Amino acid sequence: MSALVLSGSAQFAFLTALADGTGLASGVVAGALMNLRFAPMAAASARSLHGGRLQRAFEGQTVVDGSWAPAQRPDGTTDRELMVAATFVQWPAWVAGTAVGVLLAPSADLLHRYGLDVVFPCFFLLLLLDSLRSRPDHRWVAVTALAIAAVGVLLLPAGVALLLSSAATFVALLTRTRS
Amino acid sequence: MTAIIVGTVILAMINFGYKAAGPVVLADREPTPTTTELITALTPALLTGLVTVELLGPRWQHLDWTAVLGLVVAATAHRLRAPALACVAIAVLVTAGLRWLTA
Repeated sequence: MSALVLSGSAQFAFLTALADGTGLASGVVAGALMNLRFAPMAAASARSLHGGRLQRAFEGQTVVDGSWAPAQRPDGTTDRELMVAATFVQWPAWVAGTAVGVLLAPSADLLHRYGLDVVFPCFFLLLLLDSLRSRPDHRWVAVTALAIAAVGVLLLPAGVALLLSSAATFVALLTRTRS
Repeated sequence: MTAIIVGTVILAMINFGYKAAGPVVLADREPTPTTTELITALTPALLTGLVTVELLGPRWQHLDWTAVLGLVVAATAHRLRAPALACVAIAVLVTAGLRWLTA
């Protein structure tokens, strides 16, 4: 999965929904929603990519958070070489890291005792804080998503609660309209 | 296992489509500001959802104050510009330490 999808947030969203037993469709939708951000990111980089449509399509595959963000220039263009190179470094590292995790496969009790169960939520939290650091106006989106997910997970399967939290995106439109 | 393989293939295809659509179809055109705003806001919304769902668990059965405190300390370290790996290590150490103290 790490080799083909190369997106931590989407992979975790998919597996969280699947582990909860809400079904394949919920997992795929959660993962697909999580990765939807790649569409505008790739579109924004389109004019900086080279070649015909096919080559551009393949070069667009190098759009990953960790390589796209540092490759953005102040004039709105993308440093194509930097983005491609950064992705080619990240891909084997991500796959190797996943393989090491799978091979070690510690028990749930061990994970809990040594506090390793906070790794995933902490990873998500750091990504969230980075996201809010660049867009502080999205804090109300996060607060709304927190409320939806907290109530949702109390009453519904976790995967469904996760999907419902995406409804908080409409808060972004409300706050933008008011500002 | 089959569900994971099928889901992985579907997600990989969707992912390919997302990343190819812009460069192939849109070329020099930009998505509308409203669409871009909604898509951009999906990231914090879903990340918040993931943190919440992971921390609380079904019917809040996984709620554990030691994990919450570990994340608060990690968030503080992040605010002080600590590297991401250090923040994760701090969260793990604080959580494990609190559990050891209260065991």
